[in-house]
Amino acid sequence: MAAFLARRTVRAALQAVLGASLVYLLAAAVLDPRAHLAGRVPRPPDAVLDARLAGLGLDPRVPPSARYRAWAAGVLRGDLGRTLDGRPVRAELLRRLGVSVRLVLPGALVGSVLGVLLGAWAAARRGRATDRAVSLLAYVLAAVPVFVLAVLVQIAAARFGDHTGVTVAWTGEAPGRPDHVRNLLLPTLVIALAQSAVVARYQRGLVLDVLNAGFVRAARAKGLRHRRALLRHALPPALIPMTAYVPQTAAALLLGGMFVERVFARHGLGEWLAQSVARGDVNAVAAVGCLVACAVPAAVLAADVLHGLLDPRARAA
Amino acid sequence: MRRTAAGLCLLAALVLLALAGPTLSPWAWDEIDFTAFGAPPSRRHWLGTTQNGRDVFAVTVHALRRSLLVGFGVAVLATLLAALVGTAAGYAGGWADRALMWAADLLIVLPPFLVVAVLAPRTDGGALALVAVLAALLWTSTARMVRALARTLREREYVRAARLGGVSAPRTVVRHVLPQLASLLAVDAGLNVGAAIIAESGLAHLGFGAPPPAVSLGTLIADAGAGVLAFPWRFGFPAALLILVAVAANLLADGLRDVLDPATR
Repeated sequence: MAAFLARRTVRAALQAVLGASLVYLLAAAVLDPRAHLAGRVPRPPDAVLDARLAGLGLDPRVPPSARYRAWAAGVLRGDLGRTLDGRPVRAELLRRLGVSVRLVLPGALVGSVLGVLLGAWAAARRGRATDRAVSLLAYVLAAVPVFVLAVLVQIAAARFGDHTGVTVAWTGEAPGRPDHVRNLLLPTLVIALAQSAVVARYQRGLVLDVLNAGFVRAARAKGLRHRRALLRHALPPALIPMTAYVPQTAAALLLGGMFVERVFARHGLGEWLAQSVARGDVNAVAAVGCLVACAVPAAVLAADVLHGLLDPRARAA
Repeated sequence: MRRTAAGLCLLAALVLLALAGPTLSPWAWDEIDFTAFGAPPSRRHWLGTTQNGRDVFAVTVHALRRSLLVGFGVAVLATLLAALVGTAAGYAGGWADRALMWAADLLIVLPPFLVVAVLAPRTDGGALALVAVLAALLWTSTARMVRALARTLREREYVRAARLGGVSAPRTVVRHVLPQLASLLAVDAGLNVGAAIIAESGLAHLGFGAPPPAVSLGTLIADAGAGVLAFPWRFGFPAALLILVAVAANLLADGLRDVLDPATR
């Protein structure tokens, strides 16, 4: 187990370092921060522009390798540089990260649990009306892009409000705790729905595979009720592959979060990334890239370790 | 079988709509009706008009063309790339295998969305550049599956027989390995069509798509989403088409998997 852990950790760390470096080099090569700075009215003199870019570590006259070395040294010290308007990237990144995590995490958790339950339920009633209904719903829901789903949920909430007189269609961010939770209701629902559809489809297949396994049939033959056999003997082994699968959806969740942020006017990482790319803000884009390049291998590593702990057969791979 | 047929019919209908739509509509996609800004559906404009007086039907069908073009282009290119890399890695094994899979791993870590977003302003909304970038990022998971299959195929008796009989490696791959991979590749190409169309629309939605006046389903949905309660007709048609494309691609891929997979036959 120790060797397995060490091997996977080293691989994840290497991937993170390489991914982050590539994002920085790509951003530095493609984005054009000078155009954004020069777009001010009145246009600043060239010397001022050069000095400003140099101060941000973005001087195009310095070779990219040197700029990259300076940036990487900063990152190792925990300094992510400054944005184009001179604010520290790190503070802004942490603030935005908080907004995004509060948005995505509850939705992902609710959606995963809901998906597992729905999938197991559909599998237990294989071929019957419930199974067909759940499967069809999950199928269509999985095909609906998040940015469409978010608007549909908004419409549904508005219709609901029209009929009952209860307002539920809030967007944006609100100060204060009760308002804050209230404004998270719809975006969380969107993420939970999207996640549950994907998880339910996968879980249904897993439970079906296990239902035919010898040990479940043996439990039934010994006189265990169908429901008990399902809960005690079929569900636990069907959950093991799921623990590996759910963290792997991390990248998709981050991306889904971007769309939800946009539709519900929340100021999270996604919005910041889109603005930063449009402005040509190399340091900000690199910071987001750095975060994703670390988060995805970390999620996969967590899934691998969890899977290895639960299922010894996985350690050999 | 039923699913394959349903998916195929749906996809054919969508392609037909994209091809025939512009001739059906009395309005051109870039034509502006100065007498109707944000008008609801009527006999003059079947599905209403946008805020700037463009006919929703005409402009959406035009957007569907671009989306389908991108989707099929990316699917073909990505699947080709996956077949090439996957078989090379799986069949050759050794250091070539390790290097190729390492590159695939890296692309997964490198957030695809980020790469496309960073490159998008440089591609100027050109469909070809976008197809190339999306294809370069969508091939990895297929390549992984192809590699796994190619590794097991390499050890099969008939492939060994061909190798020991002195048949060259490329010839063995083309004659004996690739046919066995065809089903997997067909299924994946189907799924990639849907994935690419949604990816393109998503990027356009976030503002990294074709610059105006060019349109894609994503830009239409993004423009319509903000005022959806006041102008629902602008949102409904493009959103429905996008969902239909994705459902059709999934149906086709799932159906093909059932037909081609010997385990479920």
